[in-house]
Amino acid sequence: MRELALNILDIAENSLSAGAKHVEIAVCADLEKDRMKIVVRDDGCGMDEEMLARVTDPFTTSRTTRKVGMGIPLFKFSAESAGGNFDIRSKKNKGTEVTAEYVISHVDRMPLGDFGGVVLQLVTMNPAMDFTVTAACSGREGVLDTREVREILGEDIPLSAPEVRAFLKEYIQENLVDIFGGRL
Amino acid sequence: MKSLEELRALREKMKSQTDNRSVAGSDETVIKVGMATCGIAAGARPVLEALLDEAEKRQLHNVSISQTGCIGMCRLEPIVEVFKDGQKYTYIYMTADKARKVIADHVVNGNPCKEYLIGEN
Ligand SMILES: Nc1ncnc2c1ncn2[C@@H]1O[C@H](COP(=O)(O)OP(=O)(O)OP(=O)(O)O)[C@@H](O)[C@H]1O
Ligand SMILES: [Mg+2]
Repeated sequence: MRELALNILDIAENSLSAGAKHVEIAVCADLEKDRMKIVVRDDGCGMDEEMLARVTDPFTTSRTTRKVGMGIPLFKFSAESAGGNFDIRSKKNKGTEVTAEYVISHVDRMPLGDFGGVVLQLVTMNPAMDFTVTAACSGREGVLDTREVREILGEDIPLSAPEVRAFLKEYIQENLVDIFGGRL
Repeated sequence: MKSLEELRALREKMKSQTDNRSVAGSDETVIKVGMATCGIAAGARPVLEALLDEAEKRQLHNVSISQTGCIGMCRLEPIVEVFKDGQKYTYIYMTADKARKVIADHVVNGNPCKEYLIGEN
């Protein structure tokens, strides 16, 4: 992975596989402290303690097509190789929370990349799932909640409708430019 | 800057238009893009975006595009599966450009892009 946004997509795909109904994604940066934090939290099936302990080891996976799960180890590595740290908490039948922290100016910190595109993909391609996406940077903050969007649109217009998708694409990009200004 | 309030106006506009999107019948084409770690790392996102963009540009109403988990052949990602005319076609090592070609040649004109199909490389 060359962009943190792709790691975020990948971790959110785990939430999807875990049957989550609601996923919260937050990217929060503090330029003065030179730190940024990514959190992905879901209300999916969670993991028991034994699984949780093994999950950051690249030879753990519950998938059947291949032995090695790489998503979580890659995300962990992205943080730990950029002066940051990584944390995963989970409760069986409750949900999972994954947190990665970075030193923004660290030479090995990957760029955030196309976070807007990833958010657009997540919210428009997963009709059965709701997302709360927060972007914050040194005092500026924006939140996109798909429950709010669905309420405005009503039941018969999906978020994937081309007109809605085009609107959301611009809406997300404009807000992210305003908040992050390409600094991440 | 855009606000969510504009969505209300958009909704009203969409409701007043007659919906010709619901005419999709048994001739529907289903397209799936593998979006697990292996697919994402290999570039599945630009492929998905190209498919959506091309389908939208051509106003294809009988095509459904979605993402799926690991298809089980990680080395061949990005993988795109096309279900059309009762058959399954597996395209491997996809790129945005190849994806556009699959829409044009296969989905629209009914000629599978043999050179991208699994087993042909
Ligand atoms: N949010 C989650 N909720 C419940 N279980 C999870 C969650 N995230 C990960 N897991 C469990 O941890 C395992 C390892 O996840 P990881 O993303 O590292 O690999 P994977 O998803 O199995 O494969 P891939 O390499 O395609 O990501 C998963 O198979 C799943 O069982
Ligand atoms: Mg995964």
